[in-house]
Amino acid sequence: MEYLTTIGLEVHVQLRTASKMFCSCPHRYGAPPNSQTCPVCLGYPGVLPVPNRQAIEWTMLTGLMLGCRIARYSKFDRKSYFYPDMPKNYQISQYDLPLCEGGYVEVDLENGDTKKVGITRIHLEEDVAKSTHHSTTSAIDFNRAGTPLMEIVTEPDIAGPEEAYAFLTSLKQILTFGGVSDCNMEQGNIRCDANISIRPVGQDGLGVKTEIKNMNTFSGAQRALAYEVERQKEILNSGGRIEQETRRWDDVSGTTELMRSKEDAHDYRYFPDPDLMPMVVDEAWISRLTAEMPELPRTRKARFERQYGISPYDAGVLTADPELALFYEAAAAGSADAKAAANLVSNLLLHALAEAGMEIGSSPVRPEHITSLVNLVAEGTISSQIAKDVFAVVFETGRGPEEIVRERGLVQVQDTDQIRTWVRSVIEENPGPAADFRAGREKAIGRLVGAVMKASRGKANPQLVNEVLREELTRGGV
Amino acid sequence: MSERTANGMDIDYVAQLARIGLTPAERAKFQGQLEAILGAMRKLDELELEGIEPTAHAMPVHNVWREDRAREWDVKDAALRNAPARMQDSIQVPKIVDTSG
Repeated sequence: MEYLTTIGLEVHVQLRTASKMFCSCPHRYGAPPNSQTCPVCLGYPGVLPVPNRQAIEWTMLTGLMLGCRIARYSKFDRKSYFYPDMPKNYQISQYDLPLCEGGYVEVDLENGDTKKVGITRIHLEEDVAKSTHHSTTSAIDFNRAGTPLMEIVTEPDIAGPEEAYAFLTSLKQILTFGGVSDCNMEQGNIRCDANISIRPVGQDGLGVKTEIKNMNTFSGAQRALAYEVERQKEILNSGGRIEQETRRWDDVSGTTELMRSKEDAHDYRYFPDPDLMPMVVDEAWISRLTAEMPELPRTRKARFERQYGISPYDAGVLTADPELALFYEAAAAGSADAKAAANLVSNLLLHALAEAGMEIGSSPVRPEHITSLVNLVAEGTISSQIAKDVFAVVFETGRGPEEIVRERGLVQVQDTDQIRTWVRSVIEENPGPAADFRAGREKAIGRLVGAVMKASRGKANPQLVNEVLREELTRGGV
Repeated sequence: MSERTANGMDIDYVAQLARIGLTPAERAKFQGQLEAILGAMRKLDELELEGIEPTAHAMPVHNVWREDRAREWDVKDAALRNAPARMQDSIQVPKIVDTSG
């Protein structure tokens, strides 16, 4: 039987504020357990939470970037539950009046189409403590408890695991461009849960859904969802029934396992937190945030294609990360050839960085190095082949390309007499290809050009080599 | 399971949500008290509330917040001393992975 898959995601995003959501503790990743705590985030009696204005503003900014309506009136609620990862026995969250509602994320599909995945709501809450489970006890570290956490909930618009991955990637790009989160998956800055159901093609209503938790990477999410689709198919194909339940993804075994049957909202006994005052947002605030909104990844990609004449693929690579996009724009700014600059960055630089395990932020090659390499080639001072060698030296030493070219005598040979000397000896040493070319086999010249370039140790101007070779060959040889 | 009374109070359900075990005597006592509270709130039903927005707080105050500045509190050792049990620098609790159905 053929099935349709329906997925909705809940994405949790830690905001990159200096302090926690309701207290002034820092929330640096990797600090010694419980060192980033205070009486407020440890839930001591008598303390009062005070919201972090920056976290509220970044949640609104995220809403604007995703085309949401920003609530003019919003509040925090208590969500009560019985795990020890929140010492108050409740988590401060938002129930019926979230900061943002509506909106969408545009996602590029594999077939080239673009799809809008609807956003239901974005609310702001506090992250919970990290639990480590041992044989009979659990160990709790409250450093993470109280970190500002946005929950972005999508409509059930996602038609499969690959689409979920594409959505998460697009969302992460927007959040990174907005500067609201570091979106570092290893550090748990962005995590997601999913609701997933399948139904036979032709059936109108959605099937029974399961909720999958504990997906800590985007590729893990894709694998977990693919696994769950198969699990549900097997149950339906063998005449079984899907139970509405929460399942935990185990990335090591690659399976989901039953965690608990579904709670309903009653279980959480939501009610407005009397410790916190409602939030009222006026037009002036929204207008200011709208004006400050950064250029979004898709808009920037389109502009790169237009402004720099680069391919959609290159534009996509260069706008995948805001720092990389800035780097490229700085490099292209003074370059005689923006396309060549794009090639250097997206091929040579990204490759070298990946090999060295480095990020663009710590690149030894600076944008101005790319600019001068491009210009050295454009002026004919060095060949593009030599440019690659110079690039490698710049990457290794962090020194400027002009300096390296001068010092190593890499300046391209434009001297026709010198080139003619190399050409003549190459023709003499390669009578076969020379004869082939004279007999009309145009392609044979390639081998001769290569040989001359080799003889010049890459320094001859390839265009001149080509011209001189043709002259010498048609003249009847030596 | 018990049923809701005329005042809409299912004391057993509420006790279960709050993870509180009640003796029969407590059950009767709290049921009466909670119903009295609900009854008091029903007074609102007698008022003309058309066009009045619900509020989230009793005080007419909004937008109380702080700027995003961090400071170290250095209370780790005191907090761990105050915990019932510790495991190195973590607070130790009974195992809480919920795998029950």
